[in-house]
Amino acid sequence: MNSAIPSLADFYRVLPELIWCASGVFAMLLQPFVRSRSFFTGLAFLGALAGTGASFVAFRNPGLGFFGLVQSDAFSFFFHLLVGTVSVLVILAAGPYLDRERLPAAEFYALLLFATAGMGVLASAQELLTSFIGLEMSSISSYILAGYRRDSLKSSESAMKYFLLGSFATAFFLYGIALVYGSTGTTMLDKMGNADPASTLLKLGLAMILIGLGFKVAAAPFQIWTPDVYEGAPTPVTALFSAGPKAATFALLLRIFATVPAATHFWFWALWVLAVLTMFAGNLGALVQTNIKRLLAYSSIAHAGYILVAFAAVTAMAQGEGGSANAAPAYAAVLFYLLSYALVKLGAFTIVSQLGGTGEKNLSLDDYAGLSQRQPVVAAMLSIYLLSLLGLPVTAGFFGKFYIFKAAVNSNLIWLAVLMAINSVIGAYYYLRVIVVMYMREPSAEAAVAAPVSFPLPVNVVLAITAIGTILFGVLPNPVINFILQPTLFGR
Amino acid sequence: MTAPLVVFFVLAALAILGALSLIWQKHPIHSALSLIVVMVALAGLYLLMGAEFVAAVQIIVYSGAIMVLFVLVIMLLNAGIEEHTSISKLAGVPGLLLVIALAGFIAATIARSSETVQAAMQTGAISSTKGISNMVFRDFVYPFELTSFLILVAIMGALVLAQREKS
Repeated sequence: MNSAIPSLADFYRVLPELIWCASGVFAMLLQPFVRSRSFFTGLAFLGALAGTGASFVAFRNPGLGFFGLVQSDAFSFFFHLLVGTVSVLVILAAGPYLDRERLPAAEFYALLLFATAGMGVLASAQELLTSFIGLEMSSISSYILAGYRRDSLKSSESAMKYFLLGSFATAFFLYGIALVYGSTGTTMLDKMGNADPASTLLKLGLAMILIGLGFKVAAAPFQIWTPDVYEGAPTPVTALFSAGPKAATFALLLRIFATVPAATHFWFWALWVLAVLTMFAGNLGALVQTNIKRLLAYSSIAHAGYILVAFAAVTAMAQGEGGSANAAPAYAAVLFYLLSYALVKLGAFTIVSQLGGTGEKNLSLDDYAGLSQRQPVVAAMLSIYLLSLLGLPVTAGFFGKFYIFKAAVNSNLIWLAVLMAINSVIGAYYYLRVIVVMYMREPSAEAAVAAPVSFPLPVNVVLAITAIGTILFGVLPNPVINFILQPTLFGR
Repeated sequence: MTAPLVVFFVLAALAILGALSLIWQKHPIHSALSLIVVMVALAGLYLLMGAEFVAAVQIIVYSGAIMVLFVLVIMLLNAGIEEHTSISKLAGVPGLLLVIALAGFIAATIARSSETVQAAMQTGAISSTKGISNMVFRDFVYPFELTSFLILVAIMGALVLAQREKS
């Protein structure tokens, strides 16, 4: 029997979540007393940064915590750093946005910090009920943040759609947990290790879990909500959606795949079909978009498809001797891809947020015509992000795609690799189209005389960090790759 | 057919009928009342499985507190009979077909499997208040405490989305 009281080390293992939650509560408590928005921006920034720093403390105390419910290992460390950094950068980008749109700050940051804590829970959960609470913390905060611009119909529509469909997906996830529990008698992932993979109930339960999580990462055919939600949500929140919850949900899926052998059996074709559908739904949808936020939303569906290719490779690699330990290159590919993708999407949405102007009016592609003449630096930055999304060398996106491609080819998924290449070519069309519009098209008469949009210091910091990261990991991916290729990634 | 099995089928049928009625009722109050039927039938099912504490909590919390909230909200909003647009009526047809297909698939899968349900072995083992306390306040204390943050988020969401504009 376990000791009755959690040890101090248990609390160290969840220190990032504790700090994020505490800063959120702190922001709520101070809300009636302090009016200044920048005070809360500073508070949330420090809280998010401290929580992210605390993931080093968690990493120094590896092992299972709270009677086996959470796992502190290299994997959870990686994702805590990732979602923490995303949160810090979103807070920096959101400060000027909230000022411009005259939105209350304290609640915004509190929700953002709670969402971050939820994502942290997802990244380290070793048990399905804990992961469910983490998923809901991040999801419910997301629904509210999507509808944060209450005077905007689009924002309310976005929140409503996200909430209804998201709750539906959550029900699937929960039903899946119930079936898995029924079949195995436990909700602990590592105790499911010796469950019979042929069990019908277990298969059904895992399928439900896949549907629920597939919705959260916007995999086709569960992606319908994505463009509307991304378009209507305040742009810094859209940046968060595309980077944070997506990475955390993929983290949970990866941990299930790595810990439960039954999850990698039988799922090859399901993931194959899911990956192909998602890639095509995203890329073909993006071709006809004229709104930059919708275009990036479809692009994020397409990128979820690329990541699912790596998941198909995981299932293919785990079939052989040694099980999921063979799939290390595919796991590493997913982790690196999520890192590169998060940086790029954060940068791109931050620029979109700033150029949108009060009330987010300038979101059409035409508003970007001739941007290179008005604001050459901004146009160049946006081009870097778009080229990284496209997967051009010297950007992090190149190595992200390269590792997934390699994993697919090494596990003999030639057709999947070919379809991925075709999709990358389709993607090139709409990414390059934005660059062409920025550099080659003349701006409209009123845009040409308008004053350039100012970029305040915090926003510039976000852009600098994401752009430097994109180039840095595009030139020197090895330190990250070596870290995530270590054999004890999943704490064993 | 043994007596517990008969009770099970009666309660299960009651729960399903209540759920169907919940969806089909046009007036929100009628839907809310149908929900009570579902909740009570579920409480009966829990009793049947030897989970007395959960059954009691189900009645007190869901049929009691939550239902009062539902009815209060319906009253505050003064919600009338729900309206249907032609598209929402049209969407009902494929929706119904998909529901039947999904339910049939799940039922067929479960019916075909002959394996033992592992969780069934544990029924009754942790049904006492002491057993449940050990589960909630020791083994699962981490998600239990996290739930309080989840509720905090929900409360804040209601405030953020519903508060009056400060002018």
